Amino acid sequence: MDTAVPSRKLRLATTSLAGCFGCHMSFLDIDERLLELVERVDFDRSPLTDIKTCGPCDIGLIEGGVCNAENIHVLRDFRRHCKVLIAIGACAVNGGLPAQRNHLDLGLCLQEVYLTAPGNVGRQIPNDPELPLPLDKVHPIHEVVRIDYFIPGCPPAGDAIWKFLTDLLEGRTPRLGHPLLHFD
Amino acid sequence: MASETFELETAADAGTLRRVAIDPVSRVEGHGKVTLLLDENDQVRQVRLHIVEFRGFEKFIQGRPYWEVPVMVQRLCGICPVSHHLAAAKALDHVVGADRLTTSAEQLRRLMHYGQILQSHALHFFHLSSPDLLFGFDSEVGRRNIVGVAAAHPEVARKGVLLRKFGQEVIRLTAGKRVHGTGAIPGGVNRALSREERDDLLADIYTIIGWSRQAVQLVKRLHAADPTLYDTFGTFRSNILSLVGANGALDFYEGRLRARDADGRIIVDGVHVKDYVNLIREEVKPWSYMKFPFLAALGPRDGWYKVGPLARVQNCDSIPTPLAEAERREFIDYGQGKPIHAPLAYHWARMIEMLHAAETIKDLLHDDDLSGSDLMTSGSRNREGVGAIEAPRGTLIHHYRVGDDDLVTMCNLIVSTTHNNQPMNEAIRRVARRYLSGRKLSEGLLNHIEVAIRCFDPCLSCATHALGRMPLQVELLDANDRLIERLYTGS
Ligand code: SF4
Repeated sequence: MDTAVPSRKLRLATTSLAGCFGCHMSFLDIDERLLELVERVDFDRSPLTDIKTCGPCDIGLIEGGVCNAENIHVLRDFRRHCKVLIAIGACAVNGGLPAQRNHLDLGLCLQEVYLTAPGNVGRQIPNDPELPLPLDKVHPIHEVVRIDYFIPGCPPAGDAIWKFLTDLLEGRTPRLGHPLLHFD
Repeated sequence: MASETFELETAADAGTLRRVAIDPVSRVEGHGKVTLLLDENDQVRQVRLHIVEFRGFEKFIQGRPYWEVPVMVQRLCGICPVSHHLAAAKALDHVVGADRLTTSAEQLRRLMHYGQILQSHALHFFHLSSPDLLFGFDSEVGRRNIVGVAAAHPEVARKGVLLRKFGQEVIRLTAGKRVHGTGAIPGGVNRALSREERDDLLADIYTIIGWSRQAVQLVKRLHAADPTLYDTFGTFRSNILSLVGANGALDFYEGRLRARDADGRIIVDGVHVKDYVNLIREEVKPWSYMKFPFLAALGPRDGWYKVGPLARVQNCDSIPTPLAEAERREFIDYGQGKPIHAPLAYHWARMIEMLHAAETIKDLLHDDDLSGSDLMTSGSRNREGVGAIEAPRGTLIHHYRVGDDDLVTMCNLIVSTTHNNQPMNEAIRRVARRYLSGRKLSEGLLNHIEVAIRCFDPCLSCATHALGRMPLQVELLDANDRLIERLYTGS
C-alpha cells in the first residue's frame, strides 16, 4: 500500500453540461479500479449519485461545453465549491461537436425543427419557462470560469483519467505523457 | 387506451399552484428535469418530464461529407455510440449501393452491436438502477448509488463492473476504441478480428454468460419478493413497437417494424424501415424539446407506444439463443396470456436481453467469418438511405440524403428515448398520483418518480441532440408498383 494516501477521503463531483456523456463513460472505463477509487474518494454531486447540488469538494470534473443558461449556473456553482476544477474532453475544452451549431442562426434552427418540418403536429417552438434559455453559441467552459486542468480527447481514455486522478490523489502534479494524451 | 391517459399533463390553474422540481434527474444518462405542481392540499395537479436542451444536430450535419457521418454522429451519445455509429453506417450502406454486406462485415458489426447491448444493459442495471431495487426506493440518499452497492453487495457490484467491461472490450476490439470508435464505414467495416483477440474474448465469454444468468435470477428474485409493487408501480397500458428479425425472432441488428396494441394484437407488421415516415408522426409540446411520436394511423391520443426491452421481448415470437429463450418463455408465462406493461418489468426484460447478447457473442466468436478479409462492398450510388437498429433503449432510425457532391443534404433521426417520451410521462404521472398526492413530499418520495423514469433507461443525451424531423414523402408508382418518382417537402 502507498503510505502517501491521505487519511481524509477527498470529495469528487462530476457533471455533464453540453456533452454526450461519453466522457463519463470513459471515467467508468477505469473498470474494477472504480471499486478502488471509491475507497479513496467520496462522490458528491454526479450523474452516478442522487446528490443534486454540489457541496464543498476537492475535485470537480466537467464534461461538455456551455450551451444554455442552466449550464452557466451549474458551472459557476462547481467553481465555487471545487478546489480543483478540470475540463474533461473536447466539448469542455473547446466546445466540441455541439459547437458545430455556432455558425448557424439558432432562431432559424429552432424554426426549421419545430415549425416548418412537416409531419409535426402542434407546430410551435418549445418556450415554456421550465426550459433554460439556449445560448446563441456553445462556449468552452474556460470562457466562463477559471479552469485548473484540461484533459483533451473525445473522450480521454479511462486510463488517462485514472492516471490523472491518482496523480492528484497522491499529491503529484498530474502528468499525461504519450500515449495517454491524445485528441481523438 | 385508459381514460387516465394525459391526465395531469396540464393543470388549468397552473399559475396558482406550488412548484416542486426534481432537477437534475439523476442516475440516468443526459439532462432532464421533472416538475410537479401541487395545490394547497398537496394534491398533485401537473407532472412533466422536461428535456431541457436543444442541439440541432440534423441541421449542422447538412453540408458535411457522408463518410464523416458514422464517426460524427456517435458524439450524439456516449452511452450507446455504437448504435448511432451502426445506424448511420447502415443508412449510408444504401447510399454507396452496398445493399448486402459481406458476411464477415455483417458478423463483425453484429459482434460490435451485441457488445454494446451487453455493456449498456449492465451499466444501466448495476451502476444506475440496482441501488433503488436492492435498498428500496426511499432508502438513504447517500447510499443510493453504485458505491453503496459495492459496500453492501460487493459481488453484485463487481460482476456488474466486469460485465460492462467485457462489453466495452468487445467494442474496443471491433471499433478500435471503447467510446467513439471507427469500425463501421459505409459499405462494410475497416478491420477484422485477429485470432488472439478472438481467443481473449472466448476465454471470458462463458463466465459472462454465467453472470448474465445470475443477473436474470436476481431480477426475478426482486420481482418475487414484492410482486404487487413490481406489477403495479407506474403501470399503464400502451401499444409497443420494435424491429423484429427474420421468422419473428428477436434481432437487434436487422429487421422490420412491428407494432402491437395494449392487448398484444398486431397492428402492423413487416413494415420496411424506409417506410417509417408513413408509420410514425411526432407531436411538439411547448414544455419539452423532445417530441412525442405516435403511430400515424392511430393519432396522438391513442397511437403512442413503448419501445425498448419490455416491448422487444414481447413483440418478437422467439429469442434465437436457448438460455434467453427459456427466460423469455417464463417471462411471457408470468403475464398469463396478457402483455406485461409494468415499467419495473423493463429490468427483467433487459436482463433477459443481456443474457441473449452474451449468448450471441459466444456464437459469433465461434464463427470463422470474423477473421475474414473480405470486408467491403459497394454498388451503384443512391441519393438516400434509411438505417434502423434496435439500440439498447429501443428502435433507432437514421435517414440521410446525399447530393452528387457527396455532401449530406438532409438528415432525420428518431432516437430510441424519444419514442418513450409519452410512456415516461405516463409512468411518472401514475406514480405521482399513487404515491405523492396528498403527502408531504420527502426526498424519498420524489425518488419514486425517478425510479419510474429509470425503468426506461432513458438516454436524455440522445434525446437532446436529435429532434426528429419528419420529411413528407410522396411516391409515384407505376401500375407494376415500380417507383417512378419520389418527392419530399420541408427539407
Ligand atoms: S468530448 Fe467527446 S466523449 Fe466527451 S462529451 Fe464531448 S463528444 Fe462526448
